Amino acid sequence: MAQISFSEPEPRLGGKLKMLPWFFILMVLVAGLAGGGALYSAANGSFMPWAKPHLIRFGISIAVMLAFGLVDIRVWYRLAYPTYLLMLALLAGVEVAGKVGAFGAQRWINLGFVQIQPSELMKIALVMALARYFHPRLPDEVRQLRTLVVPVLMILAPTAFVLLQPNLGTSIMLMMAGAAMLFVAGTRIWLFVVVAVAGAAAAPVAWHSMHGYQKRRVMTFLDPSVDPLGAGYHITQSRIALGSGGLFGKGFLNGTQSHLNFLPEKQTDFIFPLIAEEWGLWGGAALLGLFALMSYYGVGVGLRSRSQFGRMLAIGLSVNLFLYVFINTAMVMGLIPVVGVPLPLISYGGTSMLAVMMGFGMLISVLIHRDIKISRRYPLGD
Amino acid sequence: MATERGDNERYRQLARRTLMVGGLQAGMISLLVGRMYYLQVVESPKYKMLADDNRISMRLIAPSRGLIVDRAGIVVANNDQNFRALIVSEQTRDVDRTLGVLSGIIQLSPSEIERIRHDMTRRRRFVPVTIRENLTWEQVSMIEVNAPDLPGVIIDVGEVRSYPFADQASHLVGYVGAVSEKELDDDNPVLALPGFKIGKSGVEKTRDEDLRGTAGTSEMEVNAYGRTIRELSREPGERGRRVTLTVDSELQLAAHKRLLQERSAAAVIMDAQTGAIYALASAPGYDPNVFSKGIPSDLWKQLLDDETTPLINKAIGGAYPPGSTFKLAVALAGLESGAIGLDHSVTCGGTFQLGDHTFYCDAYRNGGHGTLNLTEGIAKSCDVYFYDVGNRTGIDHIAKVANALGLGLKTGLDIPGEHTGIVPSTAWKKRRYNQPWYAGETISCAIGQGQVAATPLQIATMVARFASGRAVVPHVTKEVFGEETASTDWPKLDFKPEHIEAVLAGMRAATDHGTGSSVQIKEPGMQMAGKTGTAQVHEYTLAEHDKSRIAHVEGDLPWKLKNHAWFVGYAPEDNPRYVCAVLVEHAGQFGSQAAGPVAHDLLLLAQQRDPARINVSADLGQRPI
Repeated sequence: MAQISFSEPEPRLGGKLKMLPWFFILMVLVAGLAGGGALYSAANGSFMPWAKPHLIRFGISIAVMLAFGLVDIRVWYRLAYPTYLLMLALLAGVEVAGKVGAFGAQRWINLGFVQIQPSELMKIALVMALARYFHPRLPDEVRQLRTLVVPVLMILAPTAFVLLQPNLGTSIMLMMAGAAMLFVAGTRIWLFVVVAVAGAAAAPVAWHSMHGYQKRRVMTFLDPSVDPLGAGYHITQSRIALGSGGLFGKGFLNGTQSHLNFLPEKQTDFIFPLIAEEWGLWGGAALLGLFALMSYYGVGVGLRSRSQFGRMLAIGLSVNLFLYVFINTAMVMGLIPVVGVPLPLISYGGTSMLAVMMGFGMLISVLIHRDIKISRRYPLGD
Repeated sequence: MATERGDNERYRQLARRTLMVGGLQAGMISLLVGRMYYLQVVESPKYKMLADDNRISMRLIAPSRGLIVDRAGIVVANNDQNFRALIVSEQTRDVDRTLGVLSGIIQLSPSEIERIRHDMTRRRRFVPVTIRENLTWEQVSMIEVNAPDLPGVIIDVGEVRSYPFADQASHLVGYVGAVSEKELDDDNPVLALPGFKIGKSGVEKTRDEDLRGTAGTSEMEVNAYGRTIRELSREPGERGRRVTLTVDSELQLAAHKRLLQERSAAAVIMDAQTGAIYALASAPGYDPNVFSKGIPSDLWKQLLDDETTPLINKAIGGAYPPGSTFKLAVALAGLESGAIGLDHSVTCGGTFQLGDHTFYCDAYRNGGHGTLNLTEGIAKSCDVYFYDVGNRTGIDHIAKVANALGLGLKTGLDIPGEHTGIVPSTAWKKRRYNQPWYAGETISCAIGQGQVAATPLQIATMVARFASGRAVVPHVTKEVFGEETASTDWPKLDFKPEHIEAVLAGMRAATDHGTGSSVQIKEPGMQMAGKTGTAQVHEYTLAEHDKSRIAHVEGDLPWKLKNHAWFVGYAPEDNPRYVCAVLVEHAGQFGSQAAGPVAHDLLLLAQQRDPARINVSADLGQRPI
């Protein structure tokens, strides 16, 4: 008999504040401040034009994160679908009213007072919606193929819009985060094998439909020397920045590759080479370790939650963070093609920071409300 | 409860699957760290080098060109400061206004402004563009005073070659010019420096490698746009080596001045024993200072079109029929070949008959020279005597001896532009015209006409070889960087000394009572021995040729067709030290009239100055630079 259990006491605000995960917040602070430091260095030792706005936005984002963290998980549960639909509508909107941004890609919506990037927010919204979808579904149901039709569509719809923008990096992240969620939800493993094989078979078709610059990125990834001054320049200079940093780095503000502008986009997608050039292998590995710790912390939060929504939300957000970090660092190291994914909390850019911090807020919310059970059939407010 | 069980089941599954995802993530993080280790530790040295390649730009610093000094240490090629006005477009807000203000100071023409604007569009905004070179002191100070009104205009000091003796030593010293496409050398990047100049002629060209010096380097840190951030290190170059000439600039100056009294002339004064050139003059000359700054095209055209060929060093690059000066070689050839003996005598009746052809002597009108021995044949320059000697000797013996005396081949002077001259032979004619040699041709050649051609330097060298009995080679470089460059120990000539002495006796007789007696030096102990020459240039038929020699002092012939006047001599006559050869181009007078007085003046001055004793660098006591 399904019913809302009141066996656990409803947490009050004071109690919630006491439950705030201070260690996690400390990690977030360290990451955000490290970003501020890197941007200060990127501007040759100046707070302008990047470090100061970054730190101000980070301060606001911390408040947003804490506020989100105190919101009852059931509110997030209730908001999951509306948020997803809103973001999907906004993504459709950028196709119509979008402003041409970097590389001619339509990624921004100008709301007058702030430009937002719906694709960044969609990364959170998709995780929410999938968690919401799987919350009431038991393993028997999940194992049925028809149960998967809706979540697959939920993943493919925004992916398609983002791909149209075109934004390869975000579409890959949406696909991979969605796939990870389907996987942890309990979808049969052979399905993944089938999709992987089908994907490999469809690769030529995908190649054919790719934009010229996307093809070029893939080609130059495979062999940067093809175009050393064009698209290969990014990868080559990024590797030089990393490699020349060595074990201990050249020292804060002493990176030659970044300070003499050899490293392109050093304040956004290519900020990791800047850090690794100045702080060396130890600095870069420490930052990776910090992100890994945050990601595993998120998984831990998920595994402690008593609601399936909370579990999947936390794990999804954690996977999302991991994907951000992995795709960004792997691409600057030349392990994967350059696809344009920022390094969260470090790269300069408002929407991605806000999106990541909102995600962290929800993660905190899952932690604080871990013992709250959400009805599978009749969620709060229905 | 079923649902509780279901929830527990899916929790276990979720935990299991999450663990798998976590494991995969751990693997991916290991991959990242491994990659970082590979880039930052294993391959780090390579990338450190690449990073330095990126940021460090090596700039060459042009070395200061070595000075050229004469044997007394007087500078004949110097480096002057070259003040240049440059403009950096990013430092001036309104380029038009700045150039306008500047135009009020140094008068910029519209075409100059157009060029400056063109250069500006081609360069990056922080790269200086040259506005004007070779500014005067007044202009520099005016620009400095008006600096507040001239944002972005900077004054830069470079070096420009200057030649204090200007046209007086132009052919000898030469000049420098911009490096041409052909002269660029990948192994020597300094040549590609903008504004770098290399020797184009004269000593500047021959000793260019010594004079150039070694470029310094400056390591600059540059950013991705090529802008210089700071200088990391600087290694000063080595300035070019000082070249000391054998030339005595006083004598050179005097020679040039003396030659300018003629329309077109050349003179060589050299040491009979060592081959050292004391003066090498060709007049008119040109001002090499104009060349090193870039010559205007109209002036260049004017120099090229001038029939007195100011651009050519006539002393070494002009080949003229040597006329009677060639008789010295013919005499020696006759003796050496055994065709004549030392006591050979010929009776001159004014003409010489070969087959059905008659050759005339200068003394034809006076009924001939009468009976002459070798000494008097040379002294009176009797053509008939040498027609006879030449006829007996044959062209090939003459050619062999003439070559050994330095005629018909380059002397090996250490400046470029030497003419080979021509000493014909049967083989030469076969090679050149594929025709047999005719005996009649030998007759013309025997008096230095026909195909024979020689440079004043070759004639001087020939007499130096007679005077010293050694195969002296002329040279103008005495020392490079304090080190002697020329040998002075020349091998003895392979001729019988008494044969050489017989020719010298003829030369002494010529200035004593022969054709050169009118220009003999009066000062005791400074008397010279010498030989006159009067060479025809007009392309006569053989018959005309012989007749016209009788009355060759025509004033009404065009300049280009008039005779050349020669004089070559040495002094003192009893102890040969100085040799002087003078050519007055198209003088229209006898050698003794036009060239003889010049040789008189120069040999007298040479002995009075006695440059052979001037050897300053040894007691300079300082490190030559």
